[in-house]
Amino acid sequence: MRVVLAEDLFLLRDGLVRLLEAYDFEIAAAVDNGPELARALTELKPDVAVVDVRLPPSFTDEGLQAALHARRETPGLPVLVLSQHVEQLYAGELLADGSGGVGYLLKDRVFDADQFIDAVRRVAAGGTAMDPQVISQLLARNARDEPLGRLTPREREVLELMAEGRSNAAIAQRLVITERAVTKHTSNIFGKLRLPPSDDDNRRVLAVLAYLNGT
Amino acid sequence: MTVKAGLLAAVRGFTVAVLSMAVSLAHYILVTVSIALIPIGIGVLTTPVLMQSARAQLNMRRRISDEWFGVEVAVPYRKEPRFQGGVIGQAQRCQWMLRDPATWRDLLWMFIDPSVGFTLGILPLALIGEGVYGFVLAAGVWKPVYDAGGGEWYGFIHVTSQTSAFMAAGLGIVFLATGLRFGPAITRGQALVARALLGPNHERELELRVERLTETRSDALDTSAAELRRIERDLHDGAQARLVAMGMSLGAVERLMERDPERAKLLLAQARESSAMALHELRDLVRGIHPPVLAERGLGDAVRALALRIPIRTEVTVELSGRADAPVEAAAYFAVSETLANAAKHSGAEQIWIDIRHEGGMLRIAVVDDGQGGADLERGTGLRGVERRLGTFDGVLALSSPPGGPTMVTMELPCVLSSPKTSSS
Repeated sequence: MRVVLAEDLFLLRDGLVRLLEAYDFEIAAAVDNGPELARALTELKPDVAVVDVRLPPSFTDEGLQAALHARRETPGLPVLVLSQHVEQLYAGELLADGSGGVGYLLKDRVFDADQFIDAVRRVAAGGTAMDPQVISQLLARNARDEPLGRLTPREREVLELMAEGRSNAAIAQRLVITERAVTKHTSNIFGKLRLPPSDDDNRRVLAVLAYLNGT
Repeated sequence: MTVKAGLLAAVRGFTVAVLSMAVSLAHYILVTVSIALIPIGIGVLTTPVLMQSARAQLNMRRRISDEWFGVEVAVPYRKEPRFQGGVIGQAQRCQWMLRDPATWRDLLWMFIDPSVGFTLGILPLALIGEGVYGFVLAAGVWKPVYDAGGGEWYGFIHVTSQTSAFMAAGLGIVFLATGLRFGPAITRGQALVARALLGPNHERELELRVERLTETRSDALDTSAAELRRIERDLHDGAQARLVAMGMSLGAVERLMERDPERAKLLLAQARESSAMALHELRDLVRGIHPPVLAERGLGDAVRALALRIPIRTEVTVELSGRADAPVEAAAYFAVSETLANAAKHSGAEQIWIDIRHEGGMLRIAVVDDGQGGADLERGTGLRGVERRLGTFDGVLALSSPPGGPTMVTMELPCVLSSPKTSSS
């Protein structure tokens, strides 16, 4: 799988290259600034891009802008955005086109190699990987939402993991329950939030995120 | 509307005219006599008392100028130093007052007020009254006046018949219309004359400015010193402590690697957790110093991101054509942040509206909530701190929060916008 990587800190870029290579990813390009990233994204058409939000030369949100721009040109181009901080505002912008293949994680998540690689693969496959902090912020903001208030604690846990973009199998493993139980919780959640049911994992995640972002 | 405004101006002008005749003139006479009596001693005791009383009434005049005629007149007096008690103190006060240029400008004003202030004040009402009198004549009153042997002159018209009385009524319309139409302008002119003498002169204006700068500078220094102390404490108790723990864990791992790999693994996991915690704490700290979104996107998006973090529905409208200087941006951001925190904590609001725009060299921010109101700058709601913070940049804050709501906080900061930073897209 071909990856374009954009990170301006040498140590972190180097570490990410080694990590990705260790998991059999092919590094198509590893760049350290915005303009080069924009070029790499359009010319190399990678299977997935791992991008730092803040990049030279302006040290503003160059990376994010380049990623958003590339996704407008190539809808669904898988992009995993890394940042030193997560903001719902940016998450909303990444999710706005509703086409999936989006990830938004804190840089700390790189520490847990297995989880991080899982997230990269999920995004590359058209899924989602949202940082748990984004989800907890979303839920805190929806604290007064009535349908959400009707969820049981277990359903809430399932909802959080689902919103992060995890598959039913992964949720089952994490909560130490059967996949059947997860399916049951999921259908309850969709019923309570009045969302149209769907068998497709990715579509389900996007529906839940849209719900949380919308209210 | 014009009629109402005209009548209002007439009534207010009349009030001012009465004030100028009764109060200014009386004070002028009393104060000048008192000053004349200084050589024989009595004046030393009476002058400060009388000037004090004059200043009180002139302050009322300054307020009236602002509230009724929209002409802001700053109070020019110097701050009174501490004087001794008794006769000596009174003599010192007398000397201090006579040295203040504002005293002499006050006197000059009280001298011309009974003529200029009075005339301009009474003029609108006089015009309206004269206009009405024209109609009274035309309604038949001209006849008894004429019969009594008096040919009544109404303006330039000699009223000797019903025809000339009608002409008087016609002229009356002109008077009436002039009085109503130009009354507000005339009374405002009166207030402008008042400002020329009652306001601070150039030197005093500079003095006032220096006083304000000294005050806001010391506020700014206090705030930044407190901030630095907080940051130091947070780093010391947070990230620094975590890094120490990490270093210790790693040291232990080094020793245990061969002897007890299982335990070493456990310690490594701990070290990783410590580093994650340290990062988390540093992130919160950074947000408090300079929020990343503010650096990356500027005020508008930073406030939008902020609004997404509070559990109250918030609508944000931003009309900015560029970015303000970083310090101004940060001050505005933290002012909004504090105001929002206040609203979330105390107001019980269900909806908040934030409006940010740049107009006439001013960054204007309004934060409105539909909560229960009753917020008060004096009752330590954190808004005082916001006001001080903005003060450093010559910004101001106004609060309107009647019981029952809504609460509206408006802030203004003078600043210029630079064109937006170019980004790669």
